[in-house]
Amino acid sequence: MRWILVGIIALCNTLGDVLNTAGMKRQGEIEDLRPRSFVTMIQRIFRNPLVLGGFAAMGVSFFALLSLLSITTVSFAVPATAASYLLETLLAKYVLGEDVRWRRWAAASLVACGVVLLSF
Amino acid sequence: MQATSPQPAISTSFKGSHARKTQILVLVVIVTNVVGNVSLSRGMHQVGRIVSASPLDYLRALENPWTLFGIGVLVIWMLSDLALLSRADLSFVLPVTASAYVLVAIGGHFLLHDHISWQRWTGIVLITLGVILAEETPDRTTNGTPESRS
Repeated sequence: MRWILVGIIALCNTLGDVLNTAGMKRQGEIEDLRPRSFVTMIQRIFRNPLVLGGFAAMGVSFFALLSLLSITTVSFAVPATAASYLLETLLAKYVLGEDVRWRRWAAASLVACGVVLLSF
Repeated sequence: MQATSPQPAISTSFKGSHARKTQILVLVVIVTNVVGNVSLSRGMHQVGRIVSASPLDYLRALENPWTLFGIGVLVIWMLSDLALLSRADLSFVLPVTASAYVLVAIGGHFLLHDHISWQRWTGIVLITLGVILAEETPDRTTNGTPESRS
């Protein structure tokens, strides 16, 4: 049961982050950090199908995480996202068109390995 | 007052301020992630076991103040993460915000006296190296058409 939940969390996290990034880039930059900018951002999100899709994926991931946390410790829940680091970096390069070079690949790999080691 | 400054000066100061705001958002994302998840974890352990396909069963968990506080902080995390993703690359944001794991481990060690094994110390070092490497890359490489950049 717990590994099924881990799989759901990893896949939905990846899908959610990629959709949110694509949607937020299309929506435009938050230029200043004033509360009013955040209110405008939230209003635009409700008309942004990519971010709404990302929310749906993250919602599923969130309930799977709640289930997982209720049957095991946070240290077991943490590596659920380790796998998604490499998957998300891959999609960032090929779907979102980001310039991913050796530093970012190395960073994502180090973080993924580190997250697994942290669960010991 | 900057209107009279030469063009390169404006551009440099704009870049500096832009990078600083991105750094502030990175910090907010990391802190709210740590505080939100630790509170939620604490609350869910007090609530007890729930595995259900029905979201209604999870409403019971909202009666716990730690769960409620954790969810509130995670809403702020979500909004600041979206604001950050509007400014920076996903492949930059992911490794940089992973320093939240390091904070959870170090915080647990010093506040809750959690034991940190050599495997966990290695994990902390690897994540820190990953964060430093990612910090050395530009925060945004897509600007309109990604193909226009080499």
